[in-house]
Amino acid sequence: MSAKSTVDRNLELSCPAPIAVKDTILLGHGSGGKLSAELIRDIFLPAFQNPVLAHMDDQAIVSVNGQRLAITTDSFVVKPLFFPGGDIGSLAVHGTLNDLAMGGATPLFLSVAFIIEEGFAMEELRRVVASMRQAAAAAGVQIVTGDTKVVEKGKGDGLFINTTGIGVVPEGVDFSADQARPGDKILLSGSIGDHGIAILAQREGLEFETQIISDSAALHGLVAEMLRVTCDIRCMRDPTRGGVSSTLNEIAQQSGVGIELQESSLPIHEEVKGACELLGLDPLYVANEGKLIAIVPAEVADVLLETMRRHPLGAEAQIIGTVTKKNPGLVTMRTPLGTTRVVDMLAGDQLPRIC
Amino acid sequence: MCLAIPGKILEIQEMGPMRAARVQFGGIVRQVSLSFVPEAGLGDYVMVHVGFAISRVDAEEAERTYKLLEEMGALQEELPAAEGQFRPDLWI
Amino acid sequence: MKYLDEYRDQRIARALASEIVERTTQPWVLMEICGGQTHTIMRYGLDELLPGGIELVHGPGCPVCVTPLETVDKAIALAARPEVILVSYGDMLRVPGSSSDLLRAKAQGADVRIAYSPTEAVKIARSNPERKVVFLAIGFETTAPANAMAAWQAKREGLTNFSMLVSHVLVPPAIRALMTSSSNRVQGFIAPGHVCTVVGCREYEALVRDFRIPIVVGGFEPVDILEAVLMLVRQLEAGEARLENQYARSVSYKGNVPAQEIMAEVFEVADQKWRGIGPIPQSGLRLREEYAAYDANRVFELGEFTVDEPAECISAQVLQGLKKPTDCAAFGMRCTPENPLGAPMVSSEGACAAYYHYRRHAIES
Repeated sequence: MSAKSTVDRNLELSCPAPIAVKDTILLGHGSGGKLSAELIRDIFLPAFQNPVLAHMDDQAIVSVNGQRLAITTDSFVVKPLFFPGGDIGSLAVHGTLNDLAMGGATPLFLSVAFIIEEGFAMEELRRVVASMRQAAAAAGVQIVTGDTKVVEKGKGDGLFINTTGIGVVPEGVDFSADQARPGDKILLSGSIGDHGIAILAQREGLEFETQIISDSAALHGLVAEMLRVTCDIRCMRDPTRGGVSSTLNEIAQQSGVGIELQESSLPIHEEVKGACELLGLDPLYVANEGKLIAIVPAEVADVLLETMRRHPLGAEAQIIGTVTKKNPGLVTMRTPLGTTRVVDMLAGDQLPRIC
Repeated sequence: MCLAIPGKILEIQEMGPMRAARVQFGGIVRQVSLSFVPEAGLGDYVMVHVGFAISRVDAEEAERTYKLLEEMGALQEELPAAEGQFRPDLWI
Repeated sequence: MKYLDEYRDQRIARALASEIVERTTQPWVLMEICGGQTHTIMRYGLDELLPGGIELVHGPGCPVCVTPLETVDKAIALAARPEVILVSYGDMLRVPGSSSDLLRAKAQGADVRIAYSPTEAVKIARSNPERKVVFLAIGFETTAPANAMAAWQAKREGLTNFSMLVSHVLVPPAIRALMTSSSNRVQGFIAPGHVCTVVGCREYEALVRDFRIPIVVGGFEPVDILEAVLMLVRQLEAGEARLENQYARSVSYKGNVPAQEIMAEVFEVADQKWRGIGPIPQSGLRLREEYAAYDANRVFELGEFTVDEPAECISAQVLQGLKKPTDCAAFGMRCTPENPLGAPMVSSEGACAAYYHYRRHAIES
C-alpha cells in the first residue's frame, strides 16, 4: 500500500490505515451519543468508581442523615449565546433544574460558575445574568453561591457557564434508568426537536421566516403534578443532546429491555418537521430542553397522561411507545407503514445533508 | 442522494436577473432561487434542492396518478388483513 | 406536507406491496441507484413488505461515497491553510481522507464551514475579501446546476477570492460500467428521480435500448419506491424492457432545460475516478477553460496524485451491488461510522452506514 504525492507539505499522506485510535478529543465526544458514552466508560468511570456514580443517571442521589438529596452539575457551552426562546443563562438554570427534577427531586438551590473570555461585552453578561435571575425566580429556586474566572482572549469562546444544583427527594420516589420493565409505557411531554432546530437556525443563519423557538423550560412543576398522582414511576429523563433516541437507547441498555416506539404518535411541530425535511435531519436525534420522558407501569399511563396534559408544559403529551422483552438493549420503531426499523444510537452530531 | 423536497411558492421576488421566491415547507418559509423554473408562479409547488427549485410539480399529473393509487388503497382495505399476506417462504 | 405526506400513506403502500407479491412468480434482482432511495427503503423498512424473491441491491448513487480520496485530501490540505475558508455541504465533513477528515481538520483549527446552498459560499467570499474561499462542489447531476450557478455568479461579479474544488459524477456512465461487468446480476433499475428531474430521461432510454433492461424513473417516498418496484416487476414478468416514469410529477422526458444550459456553460464532461470503483471515462464534470480562475485545482496548483484505498475496504463491490456490507470482514468491527474505512460507511446515504444503523441487529418484529 503506498501513496504518492507531489503536493505541498500540508498534505500528510501516510499508509491509509483506519483512523481507529482516538488520541484526541473530538467534538463528537460532547454530543451525548456513542462517543460521549465511550469517554465516560473508558476514562471517567474507572477513575472515579463508586456505587452512586455507577448508576449513571443525570443526577446523583445521596443520603445525608436519612434525607435523600439529589445533586447534579452541568456546563453550558451553547453557541449562539442568545436564541429565540432563551439564552445560555436561562438554559443553564433550566438544564440543571431539570436534571434534579428527573431524579424526582424538588430543586432548592443552585450555584453558578462563569468562565468568561477577556473582551466579552459587559452588556451581554448583564443580559445573561438577568435571564438567569428571571429563570430562577420563576422556578422558585435561589442561586446561593458562585465563582468567576476570566481567561485570556482567544482561549474561551465568549462565555461558558456551569451550574450545580441541589434538591430533596421525597419519600417513596425512586427513579432509576435500570428499572424499566416489559409492558411499561413511555410518555413524552410534548413536541420534539424545537430546541436543536432553533439553535441550528440561529447559528447557521438559516433564515427561516417562521421563527422556531427553543422549548427551554424548568420541568419540576410538571414532575410534581405527576408525583401527586402516583410515585409509581420507573424513571424520567429529559432528552437533551442526542435527542429522544439517545435517551431511550441509554434506558434500554441500562434496563436490559427493548423499547418499541410508534412513529405516528411522536409529537412534532410543523415548522420543526419542515426544517428537518429540508435539512435531512431526523427529529429523533435533535436536542430538546423543556421536555421529559417518563417510563411508567402500564396501569398508570393513562392517568399520568391526563395529568400531564393539564399542565402547560405537558399540553401536547403523548404515549409514544412500550417497553418490551424482545430486542433487549435496542430501540425500534413501528413506521407509519407498519414495518419496524431500528433507531440506532447516534455517533457524534447529526450533520445536515444534501444527499 | 439529492434530497429535494416540495414547497409552495408564497411570493415571487424579482431580484434583477435572479428570480427568487419565498417558499413554504410545512411550517417554515425560506427563500429559494427560481433561476431554473421560470414558468413557476404564485401558488405553484416546486421541488427544492440546495436552495434551488429544480422542477415545478405537475399538479394535474400528480392528482391523476394519485387517484389511481388511492383506489388501489381503498380496494386493499376491503381485503383481509395485510399481515398474513407476505409469505417470503413461498418465494425461493 | 403536501406532495410528501400522501406518498407515505400506509394503505397505498400496503396495496402496492400486495400487488407486487401477487405479480412476482420468480426471483428478480433490482437496483435502486440513488442513496436517497436507499435511505427511504431502510427508514421505512420497505424490504419487509416485499416478497423474499425480490432482492434490492444498492447502487453507487451516493456522490459523497464516490468522491475520490484525492479530492478529500485536497480539501483537507486547503482547509489547513490559514488564508482559506473551506465551505462544504454537511455530508462531506465526516468522509475519511487518507489520514483525516474535514471535521477533524476543523477540530484542529481549520476554518471549515457548512453551506446549505452554493450561493452561501459565494456570499462568504463576498464578505471575506481578504480570505480565499474554496467551495467543495460535489454531487450528481442534480446538484450540478446549482454548483454551476455559484461559479457563474462569482465570474459575473468578478470575484477574485472564490474557487471550487469540483467532483461531479454522472450516473449513466456508471450504470454502463456496471452493466458491462461480467459479474453484474441486476435485472432492472430504479433510476434516480431528482437526477432525471434535471437531465431528463433520454440517456436512460439509451441504456434500456443498449442493454435490454427495464428502467423506471422513481421518486423518493415509500409509495414512489414501491410503485417503481411494481412497474419493474410487471415488465420483468412480461419479458419487457422499457423506460417508464413513475415520478412524472417532477420528471419530464426533456428534463429541466435552463438547468442543463447553465451546466453546459460552466462544466464540460471529463474522465472521473470513482472512489471504490476506479476511473470511468467521461463520467464526471470539470470546469470549462473559461472558468479556470474559479478552479481550485488551478488556482492553488494542486497537481495530480493517486492514493490507494485501504485494502480491507470492499466498497467497490458494495457500490456495484456485488457484495452486501454484511459480507465485509471489517463491517461493524474495524469499520464503523465512528471509524470508517471507506466512505459508504460514513455518508448516511452509503450502503454500509445504512446497513450499520438499520440492519446490523437481527430484530424481532
